[in-house]
Amino acid sequence: MDRSAIENTIVTMRPQLLRFARMQLRSDAAAEDMVQETLMAALEKSDSFEGAATAKTWVFAILKNRITDEFRRRARRPSSESMDLHEPEEESPGAFDALFDSRGHWRESPPTWSNPDQSLEQQQFWDVFQLCLDGLADKPSRVFMMREFLELTTEEICKELKITSSNCWVLLHRARLGLRECLAQRWFGENEQ
Amino acid sequence: MMSCKDAVKLMSENQDRPLRLPERLGLGLHLVICRGCRATRRHFDFLRAAVRKISTPDS
Repeated sequence: MDRSAIENTIVTMRPQLLRFARMQLRSDAAAEDMVQETLMAALEKSDSFEGAATAKTWVFAILKNRITDEFRRRARRPSSESMDLHEPEEESPGAFDALFDSRGHWRESPPTWSNPDQSLEQQQFWDVFQLCLDGLADKPSRVFMMREFLELTTEEICKELKITSSNCWVLLHRARLGLRECLAQRWFGENEQ
Repeated sequence: MMSCKDAVKLMSENQDRPLRLPERLGLGLHLVICRGCRATRRHFDFLRAAVRKISTPDS
């Protein structure tokens, strides 16, 4: 594959990369900068890629590294976003207790979602998904991004953020339940009748 | 019998670590009788599939 074809492949990744970065960074400007830097780094190396697939994999890996660095920086930054990873983590304090009765059973049993896979093809779904991600608290959000978007293991996340594994699991659980609730209400129309 | 609250917690952790045998058995037993938790398990799988779709290069 010649160089210009590879360059073309790299440039056309831009929208997908932007969506990926925006969903995690909660800042369009930061996402744009990071994607721009990643694309420029990839274009400089465009000679060395064997084909389009290698180039795409490399570009994604670089962007994921940059986002991981950014999360590491944000986690170290104390104040502004009230990010204290060392606060004691109780079992989902309060937030989801309303979902269960005193014996720990569902107050309202979650129904099956109809055709969830079809949703993935709809632009509106992604807008709602973004909205739900943005609605998560900082800590669960960051840990969820690292686990699911950046595909780090729990061990890696613990090391990066200096938290315990059980703390990490609680935060992931909270993020998943929060996203489930949000999508259920805003997209799949639970509790509407 | 395991509560739904505990079952949901284990289903989430199952995405991050291998469950121990007693946990797997307890969860399995619970899922057989609990429709809401079975739905929730599919919702968690869906969340992961949704993110994978964005975080993997288009082929």
